[in-house]
Amino acid sequence: MSAKNNSNKCLYCGACVGVCPVSAITLKDTRIFINEKCINCGACVNICPVSAMKLDKK
Amino acid sequence: MDANEILYDVIVVGAGPSGLAAGIELAKKNANVLILDRKQEIGCPKRCAEGLSNRWFDIMEIKPKPEWAVHAIKGAVLYGPNGKDVPMKKKETLGYVLERKIFEKDLAIEAVKHGAKILLKHQVVDAKRENGLVKLKVEVNNEVKEFKGKLIIACDGIDSLVARMLGLNTKNNLNDTDSGYQYEMTGISGYDEECLHLYFGTEVAPRGYIWIFPKRDGTANVGIGIGAYVSSQTNLNAKNYLDRWIQSQPGLKNGSIIEVNAGGIPVGGFLDKMTADNLLVAGDAGHMVDPIHGGGIGVAMEGGRLAARHALRALKENDYTDKTLSKYTKEWFDTRGNELKRRLKSRHLLEQLTDDDFNYLADSITMEDALAIGNGTLSKTDKAILFTKKLVKRPGLVAIMMKYF
Ligand SMILES: Cc1cc2nc3c(=O)[nH]c(=O)nc-3n(C[C@H](O)[C@H](O)[C@H](O)COP(=O)(O)OP(=O)(O)OC[C@H]3O[C@@H](n4cnc5c(N)ncnc54)[C@H](O)[C@@H]3O)c2cc1C
Ligand code: SF4
Ligand code: SF4
Repeated sequence: MSAKNNSNKCLYCGACVGVCPVSAITLKDTRIFINEKCINCGACVNICPVSAMKLDKK
Repeated sequence: MDANEILYDVIVVGAGPSGLAAGIELAKKNANVLILDRKQEIGCPKRCAEGLSNRWFDIMEIKPKPEWAVHAIKGAVLYGPNGKDVPMKKKETLGYVLERKIFEKDLAIEAVKHGAKILLKHQVVDAKRENGLVKLKVEVNNEVKEFKGKLIIACDGIDSLVARMLGLNTKNNLNDTDSGYQYEMTGISGYDEECLHLYFGTEVAPRGYIWIFPKRDGTANVGIGIGAYVSSQTNLNAKNYLDRWIQSQPGLKNGSIIEVNAGGIPVGGFLDKMTADNLLVAGDAGHMVDPIHGGGIGVAMEGGRLAARHALRALKENDYTDKTLSKYTKEWFDTRGNELKRRLKSRHLLEQLTDDDFNYLADSITMEDALAIGNGTLSKTDKAILFTKKLVKRPGLVAIMMKYF
């Protein structure tokens, strides 16, 4: 389970990167990458101004 | 010699206001400084409403230039949830709304004029200490290059990872972070273009406010900042709140959007520690933002310059240890941080106000009161007296206020 980024909505502002407690998110250019450290805490979902982050409910 | 074969005195990561101010200061004092940024254009995309008050031009000894100080501001109007406004306006110019792209490029040109080197499209992906120096791994297109520096100043914004790579925790707590969203709009009207306009209320912008920052005729930055946890409670994100409000404003709803901006704003989780061995952090990366209005350009520049001054001292002493660098944290709190911490208290107060409280304040505080408070010309006791006089009719408010004065 990990957070998923919707690149169509994302404005690559970096807010989610700043609040991720395990530094699982990286912003490169205009793309968001989420690595396996993600603990599915939802902080990135909360901060995102355009709801471009979702938790994967598998 | 290639840029990456040089041993730099200081590598600044991030070419925003803080990194560029640090670069200018270092280059002026003849340090060998490199500024890296992952972006393809300085100042773009902006994560900002571009308001800067005159105080910061004085502090940074910068003269507003017409090419980027595009719109003079003479006051502010605060609106309570019932629409009642509290205007604060003066005859003279109090600050400017900037064209930040041009402003930042101007800072970059200044830094280079003094001898700094800037490289864009350079993303720092790793940082390690080695033999008392720092080695940065930097992605440039599809290549990874290495850069070496004696000191790193992390000015990499809210999404700062560089300081974390060197062991300094710069994470933002969700409770201390605002979710920001903004349009630059044109073809709009219905507000005094010489003032900034701020709209409060739990329906309008929970734990935050909506702003109109006029930029030129019929054009303004129209944005919102709300508490980060709000979206989980109300199922509405910052964009939803802003769109809904714009639709309710006759002068705005038919305007056109010419730019969309977003960003997180660190509003109060100050860092106790802003240095580690070979590392200083400044600007948003160091959580240097005014906790009440979220303004960070001025504090970021001042913080960047201060970090640079401490870096210069460390270079002179040839000592890059945390112990030496940590005087920077202390000096920042003495000169700015403690003031911002006091303002954080007022923020907590604002967060406790209900819509009725806001309405009451808007009804009872006069323009003169507001101006005096805004100018900081009231002493602490004056403030307490003013608030108590105005607030006796709402005992709940007095109780909240007394906790903070
Ligand atoms: C919606 C919104 C409205 C705002 N309105 C105002 C306002 O009206 N007035 C005001 O004063 N402040 C405002 N602010 C705050 C202000 O924008 C910031 O405080 C200010 O930009 C901080 O400057 P900085 O130099 O610290 O960081 P930034 O300007 O964010 O610069 C950081 C730089 O680091 C780069 N970077 C990050 N990571 C890396 C890496 N790994 N490698 C290379 N480069 C990297 C980024 O590309 C970026 O260019 C607003 C913020 C938001 C979100
Ligand atoms: S906070 Fe949202 S819009 Fe901003 S970079 Fe993250 S996912 Fe994209
Ligand atoms: S869900 Fe939590 S851990 Fe996972 S990426 Fe988002 S903020 Fe990071």
